[in-house]
Parts: sequence; C-alpha cells; structure tokens
Amino acid sequence: MRIEILKRPQNSPLMAVAAPLLAIGLTLITGAVIFVALGKDPLYGLYVFYVEPLTALWTIEELAVKAVPLILIALGLSLCYRANAWNIGAEGQFTLGAITGAIIPVYFPEWNSWMVLPLMLVMGAAGGLFWASIPAFLRVRFGASEILTSLMLVYVAQHFLDWLLRGPFRNPNGFNYGETRIFQEAARVPILIADTRVRIGLVIALVAVPLIWFLLRRTLAGFAVDVVGQAPRAARFGGFSRNKVIVGTFMASGAFAGLAGILEAAGPLGQLKPVLSPGYGFTAIIVAFVGRLNPVAIVFAGILIALSYLGGEAAQISLRLSEKMARVFQGVLLFYVLACNTLVHNRIRIVRSPRPASAPAAGSAVEVGNGNR
Amino acid sequence: MGIAESVVATIITASLPLLLAALGELVAERSGVLNLGVEGMMMMGAVAAFGIAFATGNGGLGVLAAVLAGMAMALLFAGVALGLAANQVAAGLALTLLGLGLAGPIGEGWVDRPGVKLPTLDVPVLSDLPFVGPLLFSQDPLFYLAVALTAGVAWFLFRTRPGLILRSVGDNPHSAYALGLPVLRIRLAAVLFGGACAGLAGAYLALVYTPIYNETMTGGRGWIALALVVFATWLPVRLAVGALLFGAASILQLHAQALGVGVPSQLLTAMPYLVTILVLVLISRNRVLLRSHTPASLGQPFVPER
Repeated sequence: MRIEILKRPQNSPLMAVAAPLLAIGLTLITGAVIFVALGKDPLYGLYVFYVEPLTALWTIEELAVKAVPLILIALGLSLCYRANAWNIGAEGQFTLGAITGAIIPVYFPEWNSWMVLPLMLVMGAAGGLFWASIPAFLRVRFGASEILTSLMLVYVAQHFLDWLLRGPFRNPNGFNYGETRIFQEAARVPILIADTRVRIGLVIALVAVPLIWFLLRRTLAGFAVDVVGQAPRAARFGGFSRNKVIVGTFMASGAFAGLAGILEAAGPLGQLKPVLSPGYGFTAIIVAFVGRLNPVAIVFAGILIALSYLGGEAAQISLRLSEKMARVFQGVLLFYVLACNTLVHNRIRIVRSPRPASAPAAGSAVEVGNGNR
Repeated sequence: MGIAESVVATIITASLPLLLAALGELVAERSGVLNLGVEGMMMMGAVAAFGIAFATGNGGLGVLAAVLAGMAMALLFAGVALGLAANQVAAGLALTLLGLGLAGPIGEGWVDRPGVKLPTLDVPVLSDLPFVGPLLFSQDPLFYLAVALTAGVAWFLFRTRPGLILRSVGDNPHSAYALGLPVLRIRLAAVLFGGACAGLAGAYLALVYTPIYNETMTGGRGWIALALVVFATWLPVRLAVGALLFGAASILQLHAQALGVGVPSQLLTAMPYLVTILVLVLISRNRVLLRSHTPASLGQPFVPER
C-alpha cells in the first residue's frame, strides 16, 4: 500500500477552507498526545491552552495586544510569500522600526504635540522599510539569497539595539540598565477602550486588512505580485518586472514589521528594552501560512497563534509546564498546515496494489529517452 | 601551546560545527533539496547530545543521540517536502521553528549546567610534531570525523557512480526519473544525511564547543552553514576552506574585543553575520561561477508523473 499524489486540474475551494481546519485539528490531537506523554490530563491540557484564556476579560484584552503585531507583520509577509520572495527577517525589521520610531521620545522627551505619535509611526515604518530594502536590493542587484541576508540582518539589528541601549539611547536617569527612558505621554499609543490594555494599534491592524485585500484583488500591483509568484514565465512575457515586485513586497512587509515594532515599543512596552518581542517576527511567518496568505484569514490565524502564547503562560501556571510549549505547538501547527496545503492542489490516493511500472525499468527507460530525442 | 597555536586551535573549533552542518546541507542540495531547517536540526542535535551525555555520562552515546535526533527532524521535513511535495522553503522554515521551539521546554532544566566533554584522542607519534601536532592530531573524535566526512563527500560526489546519480537527480529529476532512478528515495537519503550531519554539528556544540548548556547555543550557525554552501559553490573542499574563514572571522572578532580596539563590541559581535552577507554578495555577483555549480532543480518539488 502506498500513497499517490495526483495534481488537481484546479485548486479545490473546499480544501482551501478545510485544510487549515484539518491542520488545527491534527495539532490539537498531537497536543493531546504530548500532554499524555508528559503525564498530564490531555483534555484539561487543551482546555488550559486554548479555552481558559478566553474565559476572562483581561486575557481577551491580552489576546488583542499579542495579535496586533502578529497580524500586522503577517499581512506584510503574505505579500512577499505570494510573490515567492522570502523575507524571513521580519524580526529584524520589527526591531529597527522600534529603534527609528523611538528617536523622537528618546531625544525630545519634552515634546508633547499631537504630531509626535504620527511622526513616530511613520519613522518606525520607514525604519522597517529601510531594513527590508537591504536584502531586496542585494537580491535584485547581486542575486544574493534574500532568505539568508534578511535573516542575518535580524542578528545585526539585535546587536545594533543592544549598542544603542548601552550608549546613545540609554536612559540618563536610569541605573545603568540597558533601557531607554519611559516615553512621554504624547509618544504613547492611546488606549482604545478605557480601562483595558487594548490600544489603537488594533484599529491600525484591522484597517490594514481591507487595504491589503484591495491591493491584491483590485489593483495591477497586487495582480503583478500573484503573477510573479505563481507564473514567473507568464509574468515575464506579460511585462511584469520580477525585480520590482521583489523590492516592492519586501519594502511593504518591512514597513508593516517596522510599524508593528514602534506600536509595540510605544504601546505595551512604553520604552525600548533589549528584548522587544517574544519572536513576533518569526511567529508571524506561521501566522501568514496558517492564514494561507489571505488577508482576512490572517486575522483569525493571528488570534489563534496569540491564543497559544497565552495558553503557554496559562499552562505554566496551572500545569507547571514550560511556557515555551507554546512555540512547540506553533511549530507543529505550521508543519500540519504545510502538509494539509498539499490537499488544496493535489488529490491524495491510497493505492493498495503493489507498485506498478511507475518507475520504468532501466531498459525501457533508455527507449523512452531515445524516443524523446 | 603558544599563542599562535591556540588562536588557530580556536579557529578550528569555531569552524567545525559550520563545516559539519554545511557538508550535510551540501549533499541534500546536490540532490535538489533546499532544507532551511539546518538551525532546527542542529539545535535538536545539541539538545539530544547534551541530554543523553548528561544522563549517561557517556559522550559517545550523546553523539549517537544527536545523529538520530537530526535524522528524525530531517525525516519530518522529508515527509512534508518530499512526500507531500510542499514548498521546500516553507517546510524548512517550519523545521527550524519547530526545532528551536522543542529545544526550549526540553532543555529548560539544563540551562547553565555544565555538560560532558568529549575526550581528545592523540594520534601516536604525529601528535608530538611541533605546531601541527596539537592542532591536527590531538583533537576530539568529531574533528577527525569531520575531516574524513569532507574527503568522503568529495570522493562520493565526484568519483563514484552513486554520487553521479545523486547529482543528476539534483540537476534534472525528470530525466533521472525517466531513466528509472527512484528520485524521491535518493532525495530522502540525501536529506537524512543532511540531518545526521546537522545533528553531529549540534553534538559538537554541546559536547566540545560550549562548556555549559544554553538555549541560544546554535546562535544562527545553521543559517551561516547554509550561506557557506553557496559560498563554496556546492564543492566540499571549498566548504572546508570557507568554514575556516568563517571560524577565523568569529574568533578574530573575539580577540579584537579583548584587545579593546576602538569599535563597539556589538559591531564586532555582529561581524560574522555581516561577513556572511558580504560573502553572499561577492559570490552571487559571479553569475557564471554560480550557474555552473548550482544544482539546477534546487528547491523545486518533484512529483513523479504516472
């Protein structure tokens, strides 16, 4: 018995919806198995991870706080991945966005105009955009792998932040800790709903969703992204520049990651610290794929992954498990999503008969080869 | 050991995990499979090596566990990327995220604990030679293994029939399949070899390189190994040279920090990553050189036609 993959003539619309749900189901089953292996009650474990965080108001607020950067970054990344351009350095662009956005509150702490925050957001987005444009430029100009260079720049950004926090950005009133001063009130992202931790970053993320959707479905630029990604040859004949698309999608995703960075620094954090995110830039890669690179689905994927972060924290308290279990669940989920994605493009058939002459014997193969020539 | 000897010795130590991981990736890529999960496989190798050696006190068992862990991770990747013909870039990323994720809870109890060190093996007579003796003939077993593997891979790929077959699968899987070669099985073997090597690299980090366990033990070395394969234009011997250069860059920046040259230490720490970018740019500029060595079907999923 063996498994055969047969290409579908057309992508299955049913599977496009069913595949991520199937992946989530498989992740839950795997999670239950892991809990049993760790000697915990599997149902209680899953309850703690995925349900308990939804039962209290403050955890729902926390869910929104964590989902905002994930959704924003994943929206940008989905553009890149649709174009087959591989930006995996969003974590670095997030860091740089936080840095450039923080220039105003660090150097002009007395400035309390309404202009401060919008300026910071623009500067943050510009910082992320700049950082992402480096691998894009190196790719189109020199052919250097954007995968590797964008990732290397994550480490560079991290060390740059570390240097700033111990030098130019250090809090002059602090006790030599590697932190900036607390941002002034005008440099903080306002709270959206009184007495909660939910800030207007949520609105920005939710406004970005229809924008990206519109870009992809209703504009030539969005069309170019999909054509370059799915049919590079057709794109070339159609006059779409692959290089322009690579640079454009990288810049857009960098801007989104940078915006997420400054929203985080000026929002929940209120200052720059050596560790700005629990790996949002990397986790957003998972969000983008779980959302099948679709802007609307990415919102749900972002909430789901944010939920697993909270679940990790809850599991640490009530199950005495490492909060890092969250990252295991996230990794497992991504694997299942990629595996189940195959069902969208292909039909899987289980064949009972022994292997037919699918791989022709060496002798006949020579004939085939000659015949082709 | 004199100063020069000890500097060279540390360079060799720094380059070895890169060489081991990159060798495995080179073979996988020669078969046409781009596995970006090196960092994750390496981390799981390090975790397995540290844990088993810690529990049993036996470094050899640790190495064995690392190899098996690396191969198990590679098998996961192969299931998705080869079996289900998923996007290799995404599947490799998933492997890295999963490996780094798994390492967290598994290794949590060992953070900052000292581990088991592999013993050094002296080659009789040769280890008494001046300079080269202590550097090349008084090393840990993984060093000798890495040297043998480099020569072995070079010989296998370019001097044997199975090596030729593996390269042909990487260059044109459709023709290879038409000639009756089991393309996916060959790719699976290459990917598993890559996993084993990444596991060895992890074992080296856990049992030789770092005296204590920490969660960022791999520190991007898996990604640097991926860049090294490009730098070496998919040739094993160049890989060894490249690994030494990268090792030198990372060690010299440490010495520069100790000497207190007028440059921020963070810039020096970021140096290996900057050097990687620079090297990628320099090598990628030379399109002719790259095109003549890059496996032609690198990264493209293969589905047998029936």
